[in-house]
Amino acid sequence: MSEILPGGVVYTETVIHSAPESLAGQAPYQIAIIDLDGGGRLTARLAGEAVRIGDSVAFFEYQDGVPFFNKSSL
Amino acid sequence: MRQVAIAGIGKTPFGVLAGQDIRDLAADASRKCMRNAQVTAGQVEAFYLGNFAGPSFVGQNHLAPYIAAEIGLAGVPATRFEAACASSGAAFFHAYSAVAAGIYDTVLVTGVEKMTSQSTPKVTEILASAGDLNGEIKAGATFPALFAMIARRHMHEYGTTREHLASVAVKNHANGALNPDAHLRKTITLEQALAGKPVADPLTLYDCSLVSDGAASVLLMPLDRARDFTAKPVLVRGVAQTSDFVALDQKKTITAFPAVQAAGQKAYKMAGLAPRDIEFAEIHDCFTIAEIIAIEDLGFVEKGGGGPYSAAGHTARGGEMPINSSGGLKSKGHPVGATGVAQLCDLVLQMRDEAGDRQLRRNHLGLAQNLGGSGATCVVTILEKV
Repeated sequence: MSEILPGGVVYTETVIHSAPESLAGQAPYQIAIIDLDGGGRLTARLAGEAVRIGDSVAFFEYQDGVPFFNKSSL
Repeated sequence: MRQVAIAGIGKTPFGVLAGQDIRDLAADASRKCMRNAQVTAGQVEAFYLGNFAGPSFVGQNHLAPYIAAEIGLAGVPATRFEAACASSGAAFFHAYSAVAAGIYDTVLVTGVEKMTSQSTPKVTEILASAGDLNGEIKAGATFPALFAMIARRHMHEYGTTREHLASVAVKNHANGALNPDAHLRKTITLEQALAGKPVADPLTLYDCSLVSDGAASVLLMPLDRARDFTAKPVLVRGVAQTSDFVALDQKKTITAFPAVQAAGQKAYKMAGLAPRDIEFAEIHDCFTIAEIIAIEDLGFVEKGGGGPYSAAGHTARGGEMPINSSGGLKSKGHPVGATGVAQLCDLVLQMRDEAGDRQLRRNHLGLAQNLGGSGATCVVTILEKV
């Protein structure tokens, strides 16, 4: 997947401490549901700094088909 | 449509039941139920099984005839229903429909799950398969994470607090401590609940229901026939099953469940009742936030008021709307596929005045709400003592 996603705003988020078997080595990690600029929502992983509801986020990259976002530096 | 009654109930204890496999558990609850209703296997005309993930947890498929034959029902139609944590609620809804329509006169509904033979990370992964594998689960969500995101948003919109969530766990543990069949029979304090090990922020271990083994059964008959078998039939006054999107990010809002609201409204309409008529309820507290949202969605309290209402003690056994006097999924345990039918067993125990130390005084009209996944299936049932 090389698609570029728009940025958006965090609708809700959580930091996962107890991970499923396949991601056990990565915990704790943060996921969020993001209201995308232009409409639509998706669930994504966060890279870098932790985010909260209402934070602006930008698309970072796909890793194994999973979209990663990070906090906008604005 | 004929009036339908529950003529018998049967349950295994819930917990880590190492000596019993999935068929043993289901057979145990089913046999107890048939004895309780004083029917023989030869009188049962159909077998409805609720089970979420037997094939994943224990590797066995084709479970309904596998269990039915074990209890002497070989020959009858035997079918498994899968609707995540609402699997046995769905089995019950369809069994009810067949009896009400006049297709069968005697039907056994059993729910079962055998979960504890797998490690916690593996259980987490199997439970996550009730979510959207192409979206939220691929992004790393677990079931606690989905409800954690629901809780975060509910806190943001309505001011719900960690203390509100914890009060639900404290109350359900206090109830479950009095239930001899409960998985975790211990009381906890608010401080303990708040200091629990983090699972998915803001939820801690004490916000999450238990990973349990167990089975539960009910036997359905037309009301007239049930009176010939038991002095204490319990009438199914209303029942509804609804559905919604599986993925959380496809729902318009996540601080209410449209499937729960719709199932509640349909069941109330069928029963000719309003939320204020309900005297007690068994609510699907897979997570503490789920109980808070459900009592809002079912109209027991205004939207956003579920947290303060719970923290004020109104849902305790002595409160105005006792919720989960059994201990709920939090303390009684949550063998996923057994939960929907187990909730009905607990309502019936109360209505028969057989609930022991947790017996409620107002016990004529009770409601059970069984939720599948993060709200993609809901079954609401209203029972009446007749």
